[in-house]
Amino acid sequence: MIPFEHVLALGAILFALGAYGVLARRNAVLILMSVELMLQAVNLNMAAFAVYRAPEAFTGIIFAAFILTVAAAEVALGLAIIIRVFRNRATSNVDEVDLLKW
Amino acid sequence: MSGQELAFYGASVLAVLGALGVVASRNIVHAAVLLIASLVGVAAVLLLISVEFLALAQLLIYGGAVAILLLFALMLTRVREVPLAEDGPQKPLAVLAGLVLLGVLFAVIFGTQWPGVSDELTVVSFTAIGERLFRDYLVPFEIAALLLVVALVGAVVIGGLQEDEG
Repeated sequence: MIPFEHVLALGAILFALGAYGVLARRNAVLILMSVELMLQAVNLNMAAFAVYRAPEAFTGIIFAAFILTVAAAEVALGLAIIIRVFRNRATSNVDEVDLLKW
Repeated sequence: MSGQELAFYGASVLAVLGALGVVASRNIVHAAVLLIASLVGVAAVLLLISVEFLALAQLLIYGGAVAILLLFALMLTRVREVPLAEDGPQKPLAVLAGLVLLGVLFAVIFGTQWPGVSDELTVVSFTAIGERLFRDYLVPFEIAALLLVVALVGAVVIGGLQEDEG
């Protein structure tokens, strides 16, 4: 039997690592990857709560499925924006793209 | 310790090491490959806590589609002379923020007496998930479909259309 707290702890570690990546990285694609890590952690927590605490309702699993959908949409749009910025500015470093209008 | 627990800790180590690689690797392509490793680890954990549906969706959507898309974006936005994986000057603050977040989360997780945690895992069948999704959550499901269409059209419009770039 896997302890409930340990699943949550794994989620917490992944989320903290993702948060660190978002704050520390400068490459926009790497930041997007870190966001994906955080979404992973959230999904894991949702699934853990659904399975351990309310397996007959399993709302968490449905929620996680919707999070997957939103994550896919987010990646598609985020990468499109990054590629567009790269085409205009020849950089994917977020520190160099800090003006909304140029 | 049962085999299930051993597998859980193994998969957790894989997921955490992969995540560490994603946020710490100097080479951006290595980071992308390690992201896939981390995703596989998380999918294995989901499988072990008997959420087969999410584990499979995870592997298909993240491991298949998202990771490949990220790799493509990395290849397309690569400037050879500049080390792209260089971290910003805000790195110490980011370490601090990550550690504080981790500390708070751990304190909450291990400090809480979780009520109503069942002792055995119940497998949620695919049929039950499908019925739930198409009966109780039909409207959100359709909105999610619409969202995906809008996102894909938006991605094509933003990323694909060529302009005269003087």
